[in-house]
Order: sequence, then C-alpha cells, then structure tokens
Amino acid sequence: MTKLDTKKGISRRAMLKGAASTAIAAGTTTLGAPMIWAQNIKDITLRQFGTGVSNLNDVADKVKEDLGFTLEMTALDTDSVTQRAATQPNSFDIADIEYFICKKVWAAGNMQAMDTSKIANYDKIAGTFRSGLLTPESTIAQGTAPHTVGFTSGPNGTDFVQEESGWMTLIPTIYNADTLGIRPDLIGRPINNWSELLNPEFKGKASILDISSIGIMDMAMVVESMGEYTYPDKGNMTKEEIDLTLGIFTEAKKNGQFRAFWKSFDESVNLMASGEVVIQSMWSPAITAVKSQGVPCVYQPLEEGYRSWGGGLGISAALSGLELEAAYEYINWYLSGWVGGYLMRQGYYSAVPETSKEFMTADEWGFWYEGKAAQGDILSPTGSKLAGAGEVRDGGSFNDRMGSVVCWNSVMDENQYMVRKWNEFIAA
Amino acid sequence: MKKLLENRNVTGWLMVSPLAAVLLFFLVMPIILIVIVSFWRATEFSIIPAFEWDNYEFLFGSPVTYTVFLNTFKYAFVTWLCTLLIGFTVAYYLAFHIRSLTWQIALFLLCTIPFWTSNIIRMISWIPFLGRNGIANTTLMSWGVIDAPVEWLLFSDFAVILAFVHLYTLFMVVPIFNTMMRIDRSLIEAARDAGANGAQILWNVIIPLTKPGIMIGTIFVVTLVMGDFITVRFMSGSQSANVGRLISNDIALLQYPSASATAIVLLATVLITIGILLRFVDIRKEL
Repeated sequence: MTKLDTKKGISRRAMLKGAASTAIAAGTTTLGAPMIWAQNIKDITLRQFGTGVSNLNDVADKVKEDLGFTLEMTALDTDSVTQRAATQPNSFDIADIEYFICKKVWAAGNMQAMDTSKIANYDKIAGTFRSGLLTPESTIAQGTAPHTVGFTSGPNGTDFVQEESGWMTLIPTIYNADTLGIRPDLIGRPINNWSELLNPEFKGKASILDISSIGIMDMAMVVESMGEYTYPDKGNMTKEEIDLTLGIFTEAKKNGQFRAFWKSFDESVNLMASGEVVIQSMWSPAITAVKSQGVPCVYQPLEEGYRSWGGGLGISAALSGLELEAAYEYINWYLSGWVGGYLMRQGYYSAVPETSKEFMTADEWGFWYEGKAAQGDILSPTGSKLAGAGEVRDGGSFNDRMGSVVCWNSVMDENQYMVRKWNEFIAA
Repeated sequence: MKKLLENRNVTGWLMVSPLAAVLLFFLVMPIILIVIVSFWRATEFSIIPAFEWDNYEFLFGSPVTYTVFLNTFKYAFVTWLCTLLIGFTVAYYLAFHIRSLTWQIALFLLCTIPFWTSNIIRMISWIPFLGRNGIANTTLMSWGVIDAPVEWLLFSDFAVILAFVHLYTLFMVVPIFNTMMRIDRSLIEAARDAGANGAQILWNVIIPLTKPGIMIGTIFVVTLVMGDFITVRFMSGSQSANVGRLISNDIALLQYPSASATAIVLLATVLITIGILLRFVDIRKEL
C-alpha cells in the first residue's frame, strides 16, 4: 500500500511543483525502493491453514524472527482442510495440505503451480516426491503416491503430469509412515499384525479414524491382514471391494469393537492417554504427545507394512506481487532446515533431509533418521523427554520404515461411492 | 401523499416491511437456495447446477436414513421427557414453594449460572467425568458399588442424552416458570376451598394453565435436539448418528447437494412435528 501511495504522490507533486521537485521525488522512489520493500514485507500477513500436524505456532514465531512477516496459522481437521481448499480460495494464501487432498482440489483451480527454478533446495528434495522412488530399486506403493500428483504441465496447469515438469502443485515438506498405536502396558503382549485392530480381545477398546480417505486404507490393511481379501489396488477399490471392506467393519462396530472414532489429532491423544482405547489408528506426533504425558505408547511396526502420507505447501491462485514473493521466500525458508529439524524431532520425515540434519544433533539424527540407539535423552521440540539412552525408534531407520510402505493415502475413482458408504458406516 | 399515509392498510404494510425484508433475506432466501442446491449434482470438487432427484432417491433409498431419523426422534423424545420432568419440577418449586420474589429471582439466576460458559465446554467436561478411568467410575469403585468400570457411561446413547438434558433443561424451566408465575393464585385457593387435594390441583388447575409454557419449552428442546450434531458426535465418540451428523458428514466430504437434500427433509420433519404439537395447545391464545 505504501508503495502505491508514494507513486500517486509523485505524479501529483510533479504536476504541481515542477521539474526540480520531480527529480527529487523520482530519486527517492528509485533509491527508496528496497527500503520500501523491507518495510512492506513486515506488513505482509500470509494466511496458512492445514491440519494440526504441521501448523505450529513455533513455526509462525520463527518466521517472524527470520523473515519479518506475519504468518497466521489455522489448524483444521482433514475434511475441513479439503473443504476450504476447494471452496474458499480467498480465505488462504498458503495451503498446507496432503497430496491426496491435492488430488481432490487441484482441478478446482484455486491453487497456482510453483516454479521449481525458484526453489533453492529443489535438487535436495527426496526422491519419493520427484521420481516416486525412495531408492533406485524401490517399487512404488499402491494409492495416491505423491509424485503422481506433484507436478502439473505449466503455470496455469490444472492437470497432473508424471515427469518432473518444473511446475509443482505442492512443494513437499513432510511425510511419514503410519501404523497402529498401542498401549503396551494395557495390552501386555506383542502386536504384530494389522488384524489385531478387530481382535475381539480388544472389544470396546479399539478406535479408527473417521476420515474416509485415510480410514478406508487402514481398513484395507486390516482386511488383508485378516486374510479376508487381497486387493489388486487398495488405493483404488471397486464398489464391491468398498462394500466388502466397510461390511466387515460395520459388523465389528455393531459388535461393539470400537470405543469411539476420532477425527482430529487431539481426540486420538485423549483417547489413548486416558486409557479409553488401547489400540487404534494413530499419527506419529499423537504418539509423541501421549508419551510426553508420561503414558507408555508405541507406534507399533506391523508385518504387513505401513500406510504412508505426504504433505506440502501450495499457494493460493489469488496470490500475486509482493505477497507471492513472500510466499516463495517462506517456502524456501521452510525447506532450509529449521522446520525440517523441528518436524523430524516430532517423528516425521522432512522432504529435504540434508538441510534438516544441520539443525539436529548427531544423536537426534541417529535416533530419528538412522534408527540408531539414542546416546542420551531424546527430547521433543518442546523439551519433554521422549526416549532415554539406549532406546531405539519404533520401526527403526528411515529406510526400514519408508521402505516398508505398502500404500499411500489416496483418492479413488469410486470416491463418491466410498464417501456415501463411509457415511453409512458411521451412522450404522 | 398525506392521505396515503393515513390509510391504515398502507401504514400497516410499512410497519411490517422491515421485519418482512429481514426475514425474506436471511431466512426465506437461504432456505430457497438450499432447496435449489438439493437438486444439484456433486462431483469430487464441484457442484453442477441440475435438476435431478438423485439426492432424494439416495436418501430415501438408504435404510441408514430411516435408522438415523428414528435415532433423532429417539434422542428428541427421551430428552424431552427428562427435561420436562426436571424443568417442570424446578419451575413448580420456584413458582409455588418460594414465597419471596427476591429469593425466586436469586434461585432463578442460580439456574442460569452454567450458561455463563459455552455449550461445548459444558458438554466436553462430561468426558473426563464419565470415562473409563473417570471420576464417576473411580468413585463408584471406591464405594464398592461396582467392581469393574462401567463402560456405557461414556460414548453411548446414555452420555448423549445426559449431555442434552444438561444443556437444554433451562429452556424448559424458563417458559414453564413464566406461565406459572402468571397463574392467578386465587384459582388455587378456590380449588382448595372446593375440596381439591394437592394432586388434583396440580392435575386439574396448574398443568392445564401451564400448557403454553410446556409447549414453548417443548418446541425449544425438540428443535434444538433435532438440529444438533456436535453433542452427538462428542458424547457418542462419533459412534451414533442423528440427522445433523449426516448433514455435517456430507458437508465435510463436500457433498453439498446431498447435505441440502437431507436438510430439507429434516426441516420438513421438524415443521410437521411442531405443527402437530401446536394442534394440542393454541399458544397465541394463551400468550
């Protein structure tokens, strides 16, 4: 705004006061431009929204400190995030969303493609988000793998392309391999399979998340583990497969298997910490949150493998000019390591591990990324103790965990049918 | 012009028009929009203007709809019964047993204290209380009443109705108290003089005269319970559903047309229910 006012002022004065003052005024504009820039960026407020997992006030504070502008965070549950990204393009500047949400909302045209040449650390982004391959010899898991919806054809593309086109839909920031969380103290025996979720032993003490696109994948893992059915592609079920999957779970629900369903991250923490539930689908930081209350909780690796997800930052189509520059600056800062280190210490993986490493101690890096035994106490970003010397991360190293991913959170062709059936499952 | 203003019809119309305009814009128009959208078609990320009965077809074709509507009525009925019994008793005590106006007002205000905090907080505070290791269970176990924690206290229909009753009883107390206060005391004296006992006075004098209050309270409670979704979601641990949750799930999954269709059916159901209720008592006559 200041910039605009100055320009207006110049033309008026130029008209009134003649050549001499014009020269002075013009001089101030050209010389003053960077100063105005520096001033203006402080006035900028970027509105970011996303799920609770990475919408952290610590990040907003650090942005203010490092970059000077204000970042407003709104944490919502996954469905509300999807809803907002699809229907209210003017309510946000930065969307911190998951790749499967991107698949749903990208075609609505509310977000703009990002030029990878402006992303300084683009080359260091993990392979999973670019070629889809963790290591050159890995296979791509079922479901909506991030690289399949990560690139679009050009600045105004509303499609997805399968090669690195130079235009990204989301800049990847975070990902992880999800599994079941358990209360080892209340279960008292080893848990090795997804099928344990429906084991009658845990009747009235199990929970699953009430977010259809993620929940259906957890269900599929359970159904396969029970030996009821093997899906050709869990990430893209047919109507019959959806009926079968939800049928099994509806029966379990009617038999009282579940204590509750949860929709937001904090609900899952409360269910687990209070002992209402002893086994449930869970997210990594929720485990951290339960543990930091002094309650034992394990992110149990299971024989069948993990369900994985990835998230990134997208930019609203409405963003332009200085705000767009600020958004790029913010994203570059995001990938430069501080946030990555923060997220890694919560149990996520940073999409640019190299830069995050610089913001972690060797012990932290060894514990979280390499799966080595901790040398000393491992603290959460907020300072509570998560593990002591000698303890090893549940599931081991990055390659062990991400290498055992068998499916990604996804959006199916029959999504609408699935959603309706899911609604029936909840209401049943 | 002056003549025109003196015309009673015109002034009448003018006086009613501001309210009519407000209602038209903020009540009638949105409902019309919802009706229109309920015939549209939805895909993943967009809604397409159309005129098709698919949403209604799916709604009436699914057995879940009927169970959910039945469930909604069940919640409404049980909550209504509990709030009526509690609300009537409280109002009766306040109106007929407390003699001084000061105390009546003081005790009435006491009833409203819980309403100084938000609905959601009052509801959520039940969760730690009723939980498996909550205060209720630990107390009962320490008293030796039960050996193992009672599971159905939380995340059950019991919890949902408990929360509803807690939240909405005051909506029953206020109108009933109000009508009771306006009962002419000499009627009760006359009944007493004519030889009626306490129960007969209650049944033949007080209840008929408080009917409008009961009806207003009923309308409040029934509409609030039928339109609620958050209480059901939290207190049942997402395991039970009423129509409100069906709508909110649809909205969360971007199925606006389907949500609109459900909303329209719910609206019609509630209007019919209220229509039937109003058959019993002519509120306007009694006010």
